[in-house]
Amino acid sequence: MAVEIPKDSWPGSVKEVTLGATPAEGGTRSRTVTVGGETTLPFMHFEAPPPHPPAIAIEIKSRRPQDWSPLLGELWGAAMNAPAEWARQAEDADADLLVLALDIEDTVDDAVAAVQSVLQASGLPLIVWGPGQAEKDNELLVPVAEATKGERVVLGICEDKNYRTIVAAALANDHLVQARAPMDVNLSKQLNILISDMGLPLDRILMDPTTGALGYGIEYGYSVMERLRLAALQGDAMTQLPMIVTPGYEAWKTKEAKVGEGVPAAWGDWQARAIYWETLTAVALLESGADIVVLRHPESVQNVKQAIANLMTPA
Amino acid sequence: MALTGIQIYKLLPQTNCKECGLPTCLAFAMKLAAKQVELAACPYVSEESKAKLAASAAPPIRLVTLKADGHEVKAGNEVVLFRHEKTFYHKPGLFVRLKAADPDLAAKVEAIENYTVNYVGMDFTVDGFALQADGDLAAAIETVRAASKRPLILIGEPQALESGLGALAGETPLLYAADSSNWEAMADLAAQHKCALAVRGASLDELADLTEKIKAKGVEDLVLDPGLNAEGRRVNMATWLARATQIRRLALKKNFRPLGYPLITFPAEHQDGAGEAVHAAQHIAKYAGFIVLDTFAPELLYPLLVLRENIYTDPQKPIQVQPELYEINAPSPDAPVLVTTNFSITYFAVANEVEGAGLPAWLVVTDAEGMSVLTAWAAGKFDAERIAKAVKDFKVAEKVRNRTLVIPGHVAVLSGELEEELPDWEIRVGPREAVDLPAFMKQALQTA
Repeated sequence: MAVEIPKDSWPGSVKEVTLGATPAEGGTRSRTVTVGGETTLPFMHFEAPPPHPPAIAIEIKSRRPQDWSPLLGELWGAAMNAPAEWARQAEDADADLLVLALDIEDTVDDAVAAVQSVLQASGLPLIVWGPGQAEKDNELLVPVAEATKGERVVLGICEDKNYRTIVAAALANDHLVQARAPMDVNLSKQLNILISDMGLPLDRILMDPTTGALGYGIEYGYSVMERLRLAALQGDAMTQLPMIVTPGYEAWKTKEAKVGEGVPAAWGDWQARAIYWETLTAVALLESGADIVVLRHPESVQNVKQAIANLMTPA
Repeated sequence: MALTGIQIYKLLPQTNCKECGLPTCLAFAMKLAAKQVELAACPYVSEESKAKLAASAAPPIRLVTLKADGHEVKAGNEVVLFRHEKTFYHKPGLFVRLKAADPDLAAKVEAIENYTVNYVGMDFTVDGFALQADGDLAAAIETVRAASKRPLILIGEPQALESGLGALAGETPLLYAADSSNWEAMADLAAQHKCALAVRGASLDELADLTEKIKAKGVEDLVLDPGLNAEGRRVNMATWLARATQIRRLALKKNFRPLGYPLITFPAEHQDGAGEAVHAAQHIAKYAGFIVLDTFAPELLYPLLVLRENIYTDPQKPIQVQPELYEINAPSPDAPVLVTTNFSITYFAVANEVEGAGLPAWLVVTDAEGMSVLTAWAAGKFDAERIAKAVKDFKVAEKVRNRTLVIPGHVAVLSGELEEELPDWEIRVGPREAVDLPAFMKQALQTA
């Protein structure tokens, strides 16, 4: 029996966004990473092969983090004391991109020095996050943006309460931004409109719909991503942006990943569980449309890398 | 796919004889579409129309139930491609495969049978066992049944499976699997012993051919294994996703009966480097009905069971937690008192931050009808009156010595009113986001 396969064809498509700039393009990166460009739902090769594989970013910090799981502390060891060394090791661990998260204690000089040391240590395109407090974000990200003009760094994280200064810094210095809205299709859309109204082209915006970890609200983020991608394919321009999500951050703050003692025996081996927690959060989000996943543990990176290789080549 | 009233009307005699009790055939058709009357009330409907109407009433993906004494695992009857369109109904059954010839079979069955893990107040277990008929199947079934009453999937060739079925009278196991070489014997066996039957093929065309032939032999509880290629190896993630999606689309959008069955998967058999956990996660997200694991390991099962629960949560009903006074990290009477709503994601965000930071606290979870802080406040479900009522109802003042109440930063505007409602308490405004709670508690509240 010849079964006729129903194929969807969509009027809309996702914008392509390129992170980083090589010397020929005015930056210093050894290569760029392009994501997005989808014309159909994730990995539906029989309709249209995805033009770019999802990218994996490894998250590092400007200072040794105090609140990360001890498993990550043991793993990265002394590299956590120096962002340049941490960046080198992250590149060796097969990251496509780096996320450098600045710390609330950083001065402007600290932040600029950390960013520059990472750019020197690694040729990967870079995403820089402020510490997550509006005033401090602006204080640090503006000089960072100026010091890295032309590198096509992604500056983050823009939210509805605080996006103007970051977007202006991106506009003035040829950078990109990460736009985060709290798990809501309309709020994502609205923030994208506000940012593009400031004159930043859509191909310089990554949309961060926010996710929860496995067991801590992943289903909300998962469905918002499916809905955003469906809206993009149906032709809603302000949703046609690649999606960046942070399963590493979310998974590693859960008790399942963070705590090894005093937990139920039914949770099993701590390290294996923690890596599954991060890996499965990331894999579920790839299935729902993630273009960039930000991870923390090299084993999760390998797992997710295998999954992406698999999803990109039907066999 | 259900027919509309007009479509049903066209299949009726259209004589308006009124013998069904309704004034016209159209009125009867409308009642039929609304499932308020039975077709049997019409004495003159043709056999052909009866068959068409019966077919249209069947769900596009057949519900298959595996049964054993006191346990059931159901798959199928799904109605959407994306969970946000309605919900996914039947969580894929998680089975662990064991070998009949395994000398440690009894011990393994016991360990798996006893596995229970609690997630937000729910106890999860493995759903059943898959037995590979590589030895004395009847003896292996006896061993399993000594420790577990959970449903079985039996894997092997027809003769080997037949030897075990005598021991499973009254149960509905799943036989794995019929293919183009053995389907007649498998179908006979399934019909004779009233089993569900898995069907495998290297393409959707082959699967559709097989299910039609097997159905013609009277076996209707079928399960599809679309995960093999022409060489008998497992396809990779991209191909599996494509096939699972195509099958569900054909069933739901085209009402294509030959593929309107739940799917069975074997995550460990995909030799493509991605690993059992990753394949199983894909199968949970994308359309599996029964998942057969080869690894029994708590650190693997726990995240898979949680993922399954999350994906199959009804998105139209925000999951709520019980409004009450929660204790985090064994708080002393001097530990701080925090207030939030009973929307599950809000509750878990707050509880997880505080718990993860190792800070003891009392958490007053008010009944905000399952809404988040801002939504509930806007809807009038999280106001000073409700917070005060919760503090009184939960007898917080009897359990806690200090009189400081921390409210979410998003509802700072409630402080004044709340001070009037709770004159004995000092109202403090906490951070807007849960993630900032540990820092707030350490700095502003000086919690050790």
